[in-house]
Amino acid sequence: MHMECQEEKPIIYTMENKPIVTCAGDQGLFTSLYTSLAQQLPREPMEWRRTYGRAPKMIHLEANFVQFKEELLPKEGNKALLTFPFLHIYWTDCCDTEAYKSSVKEDMMRWQNSLRAHGSADWVIIVVEANDTKKKNKTNILPRSSIVDKIRSDFCNKQNDRCVVLSDPLKDSSRSQESWNSLLLKLRTLLLMSFTKNLGRFEDDMRTLREKRTQPGWSFCEYFMVQEELAFVFEMLQQFEDALVQYDELDALFTQYVLNFGAGDTANWLGSFCAPVRSWSGLLLRRPIDMEKRDGIQRGEASLLDLRSYLFSRQCTLLIFLQRPWEVTQRALELLHNCVQELHLLEVPVLEGALDCWVFLSCLEVLHRIEGCCDQAQLAANCSHTVGLWAYATDKLKSLGELCGLVSEKGPTSEDLNRTVDLLAGLGDERPETINSLQSPYKKLKEALSSLEAFERHYLELSHAAMEMYRAISRLRSARLVGKSLAEFYMRKGDPERAETFLQEALKSYVSEGWSLPVTHTRKQVAECQKLLGRTEDYLQTSALLAGDVNLTMEERKHFCQEILNFAGKSADHSHKLTLSMGVFAQLTRLQFHPAAASVHSGAALQVELTLQCLMPISVRIQEVAASIHFDVDHGGTHGRSTGVQRQTNPGTVEFHQGNPSVGPPSSSTAGPSLELDEIQDRSPSDNSLNSTGLICKNAHLFVRRHDNSSLPDTPNCVSPPSVVMKEGAQMLKMQDVTLKPGNNSIIFTAPSGQPGTYTLRQLCATVGQVQFVLPHIYPSVQYEVYSQEPQLTVEPLSEPLLAGLPQTVKFTLLTGHYNVKKGVALQLSNTDTMPILPSTTCTARISNPAAELVDEGVLSIQSSEKVTSISLPPTPPYHTLEFQLEVLCIIPSGSERPANERLTNGEVRHRPRSYSHPDTPMTAIDQRMSIDCPWSIYSTLLALTFYIPFKAKHSLLCAGNRKYIQVCVQNVSDMNFMLAGVKLTEKQHVSLELQSLNTKTQQLLCNKHSMFCLWEVRWKDDLPSCLQCVFSANFAPLNQDVSAFKPFHYQFQLERVTTLYSVRAEILPPAGEQHCRSGLLCGLEVCITRLTEPAEGEMADEKTDTDGLRSTKLMYEVADSSSNWAVCGKSSGMVSMPVTANATHKVQIEVMPLFAGHLPFPKIQVLKYLPHTASVPIQPDPDSCVENDSLSLLDKALDDQGDTASIRSRGSVHSVGSGDQQQKGVAMPRLEPFSPGQVFNHSHAQQVLVLPATDDHIMEVNAT
Amino acid sequence: MAVCIAVIAKQNYPLYIRSVPTQNELKFHYTVHTSLDVVEEKISAVGKSLGDQRELYLGLLYPTEDYKVYGYVTNSKVKFVIVVDSSNTSLRDNEIRSMFRKLHNSFTDVMCNPFHNPGDPIQSKTFDGIVSGMMVQTG
Repeated sequence: MHMECQEEKPIIYTMENKPIVTCAGDQGLFTSLYTSLAQQLPREPMEWRRTYGRAPKMIHLEANFVQFKEELLPKEGNKALLTFPFLHIYWTDCCDTEAYKSSVKEDMMRWQNSLRAHGSADWVIIVVEANDTKKKNKTNILPRSSIVDKIRSDFCNKQNDRCVVLSDPLKDSSRSQESWNSLLLKLRTLLLMSFTKNLGRFEDDMRTLREKRTQPGWSFCEYFMVQEELAFVFEMLQQFEDALVQYDELDALFTQYVLNFGAGDTANWLGSFCAPVRSWSGLLLRRPIDMEKRDGIQRGEASLLDLRSYLFSRQCTLLIFLQRPWEVTQRALELLHNCVQELHLLEVPVLEGALDCWVFLSCLEVLHRIEGCCDQAQLAANCSHTVGLWAYATDKLKSLGELCGLVSEKGPTSEDLNRTVDLLAGLGDERPETINSLQSPYKKLKEALSSLEAFERHYLELSHAAMEMYRAISRLRSARLVGKSLAEFYMRKGDPERAETFLQEALKSYVSEGWSLPVTHTRKQVAECQKLLGRTEDYLQTSALLAGDVNLTMEERKHFCQEILNFAGKSADHSHKLTLSMGVFAQLTRLQFHPAAASVHSGAALQVELTLQCLMPISVRIQEVAASIHFDVDHGGTHGRSTGVQRQTNPGTVEFHQGNPSVGPPSSSTAGPSLELDEIQDRSPSDNSLNSTGLICKNAHLFVRRHDNSSLPDTPNCVSPPSVVMKEGAQMLKMQDVTLKPGNNSIIFTAPSGQPGTYTLRQLCATVGQVQFVLPHIYPSVQYEVYSQEPQLTVEPLSEPLLAGLPQTVKFTLLTGHYNVKKGVALQLSNTDTMPILPSTTCTARISNPAAELVDEGVLSIQSSEKVTSISLPPTPPYHTLEFQLEVLCIIPSGSERPANERLTNGEVRHRPRSYSHPDTPMTAIDQRMSIDCPWSIYSTLLALTFYIPFKAKHSLLCAGNRKYIQVCVQNVSDMNFMLAGVKLTEKQHVSLELQSLNTKTQQLLCNKHSMFCLWEVRWKDDLPSCLQCVFSANFAPLNQDVSAFKPFHYQFQLERVTTLYSVRAEILPPAGEQHCRSGLLCGLEVCITRLTEPAEGEMADEKTDTDGLRSTKLMYEVADSSSNWAVCGKSSGMVSMPVTANATHKVQIEVMPLFAGHLPFPKIQVLKYLPHTASVPIQPDPDSCVENDSLSLLDKALDDQGDTASIRSRGSVHSVGSGDQQQKGVAMPRLEPFSPGQVFNHSHAQQVLVLPATDDHIMEVNAT
Repeated sequence: MAVCIAVIAKQNYPLYIRSVPTQNELKFHYTVHTSLDVVEEKISAVGKSLGDQRELYLGLLYPTEDYKVYGYVTNSKVKFVIVVDSSNTSLRDNEIRSMFRKLHNSFTDVMCNPFHNPGDPIQSKTFDGIVSGMMVQTG
């Protein structure tokens, strides 16, 4: 079999191959028809129905018509398909029966026999029938059909379709065309039948062969040749898809064997592929079929690379026929990766770098091949498919360069050169296809390996091509990775300047996307560049970042830290210091104010504690840490402008949140700072009314800046850190000689607090020798406030309300403000009698600091002189609070004493406390003013305290005939309960007078809102004085208090005209003959007025001497019945002239008629003083006493003259309280004046009389209610 | 099994990345980072054509000589990347898919943890354990 294959070698494999169709019989006839036949056969497609469920295909059939030779028929067992004749045609135009019988039949017979001998059943006999031949043999020839019939009967045993007639093939007639068409259809059908049958048989054989692959002695190469034969046929039939499938199956089969080998399952035949790689000339894709390699495979001598190369070249050819060039590139990359892996897996010995050569050449070859079949636009649009190969080639060339010593400043060593020579030897000679191409991969590689310059040129060209393509398809990360690789090349070549550009670009990308490990690695490379370039500032900045980079080892970090310190320690040859961003060195994590309010009075101690997280790996000694302060003078006055809105967000501690300085998480950088808004209010200084209000953005500078400059100004993330400038502020927080340890460090500054205003911390700066680390903005903004305050003294009750009459504690509070209370400073209180300051044995003052912590307690010394109480204060520092308590007693004003205004010691008019009734409380309030002279002011401080009188007292005089009683009612109007004791009533002027207490209890509880009544009987010996000056006094104390706590309460009052002057007795007399009064019948009312006492001196003025010499006084009586029980008939009032002697009696008879039956109270009888107009009595304007009435005064004359006052009665009630004040001042008119209570005693007051109903003939009215 | 497994946030910073300790960790960081190019390419390509109904598994992102890089994107645009040694030929596509599914499930558990702040690096031990189970066991 092998031998036979060898024999058939000379077949030329070209794509011009067509299925072979042999032609026997009349060669001349065939030759004349060949052109038409060859042209017309492929014109119409035929549907090819396939076996094994494969989809049917439309196929254009072509054929290679060759003359029939017996050698063409395949011998037994020959598997060649390309040389297989699929159809045999016998041509004849014989129309002569004789000729047929004599020669043609015989020839056909021979043809048939040889076909049959080779088992070929695909044949057809074509009988060409021409008109001219018909004419020529008009007479003695048989009809055409008879020859055909004969042939059919002779050869086509039941296969009539194997003999076809072609009529007039050279004529242009419809008949001829029809004939052609049917012939062509027949040929196509037969060809397809043959394909189906023969290919099917071939495939079956092939499968059988494949199934034997587990048997020993099976050869992959042999099988390869068989299946490739099938692929060739498909290719020949232009069924590229099917052809490709064959190669893919071979590919998969081989791959599987390699994998199985890896799994330990070794096939014998695989041994030939494990031979050491001797040639690495790369893929060759310029020929449709690489016969050299194919031969190698056929001989079983091919290496793995040979087989893979050949297989891929065939796949590539077919894919390009299929117009799928991008699949080529994709498969190429897979192939190259795969080959490298497979060689590794099979442990094939390969010279170092040989594979790199092979891959490099192959990549370029594939790209070249693709470029050859696509135009520029297509290529540009499909970068994504080719860029992988470009990058792979770049990579490989770089490693080759490194291997051969071409990536260095010095150039290759002899060892490198030897290696190069070995590598180049493996390339072999350039193949003839590319020998004339200037840019062939072979030439490129040879050139690149020949010199440093050439290598650089080629490498840069490839790198840039790859980068540009990556950028074009926006695979920026990939582009940067190539760039990074290029940078490493430049570094090796000693060109840090170019390297840095690429490194910075890559670094930017890693930083912005937060990839810390690549950041660290790239940054280290950048540092190297910067060091080489002598860019000290950048280098130190990068070093600082690296020193704080936790991805590095401690050794490395220390190294970079030391780099900074070394520079810092150099002697100052620079005039200015090098400024670096603080964030990379240390981070401000927290700021705390002590005190936490961050608001102190001027001059107070304020400490600012910074927590700096040092990122350095070792302790760093800092010469100075300074924070610059921006100072704003407070314009709103000495006290805070708007204390409400300030620092609601600043509880004394500010936490600074910062991300990792070297790798910023993208989330935080995109979010940015939040707006900080504050409310501002502008108030009118005079009445504090709101003029305007608004919002201000405190961190507007951050937002405004962001607009100008898209990069973050503060974060050191930027690849080139922004230049930071330390602004010189007027005020600084400074701290010398600080050692920052790795981790958190606390630095405490004492903040300046001299001038009142707002202090904002702006920048932070740490100086280490020649290096300054600056934090350009402290954000969020931090400020503290310094204020100034005037001393303030306030007095307030310890408990509300302050009660008058009891010792009450008041609290003095002195906010010292800026005033320093030194020893000996005293407050001068002007004394008042109404509110003495009670001396106390010990009086301590509490001194507390602004944080309301008790600092000290001092003893007050209080010295009272007559006018002034001096309170010496203990020494108190400024802005402290001094508190002390004093007991004061507000004396309850007891009556009508009204001393003249006094002048106080300071010359002010003393304000008498005035009592008034307060609307909120039933208690009477007293405002007590205090005047205090303070040493810090030339003005006296006036303070008012309001006290409340807990009691209200009322008095009344009660009479029984001549006996007199005084009743005092004390009402507790406060909220407290009191004990009252020692209730006493005294009369001041009359010693003989005795006030006998009728009160039984010595002590009495007086609950709040309750009243207590006390009663005394007045007893006298000789004469009862007409006027009594009484003082009610009692001691009171809050309930459950000691006896000593009792305080006096006085109530002073005056009783006038106390003596009973007249007694009035009334009697009702039934009508004559009746025992009882009867309603409706007139009764008599007898009023008897008796003078009880001798006239007193004071009374004389009222008297009038009568003509008869007797002194008498005029009284007016009046009977009035307000309850309408009685009807007064006739005179109801009248004048009585009473002699001013004791027991003078006057009786008046009045007729009255009871209107109802029953016990009726007596009509009311009033007795009034009548003062005639002549009497010029100075009348006390006493509102309590009575007053005359307008009408009465007008009627005086009539009264005088007539003595009959019937008209008066008609006017009803006579005395009503009038507003007669002005009239008294006018002409002295006669008038009526009531007696004081107790001057007239009515014996029949409240007396009743029985009135019987009227006689029976009257209807009694019964009211039932 | 995998030699490197990474979880990458929507904003393309790593939430979790772990590689076989014996090999150069840095190289995997570069590889995974670069693979984001292809991830983005695939997401945008899919987004255009299929809309919402996209598959989370992105398949092979790109092969290199030594490694195969596979990608997976959650609906919230969190990316998973698994790097497999090229010599490891026994791994089929389905196995890679199931690795991603397991990874996604475990990631979802991490996200469900109320104490986990989404966007923070993953420090869950459970997740670590799942990843370890998918990594090449060395030593």
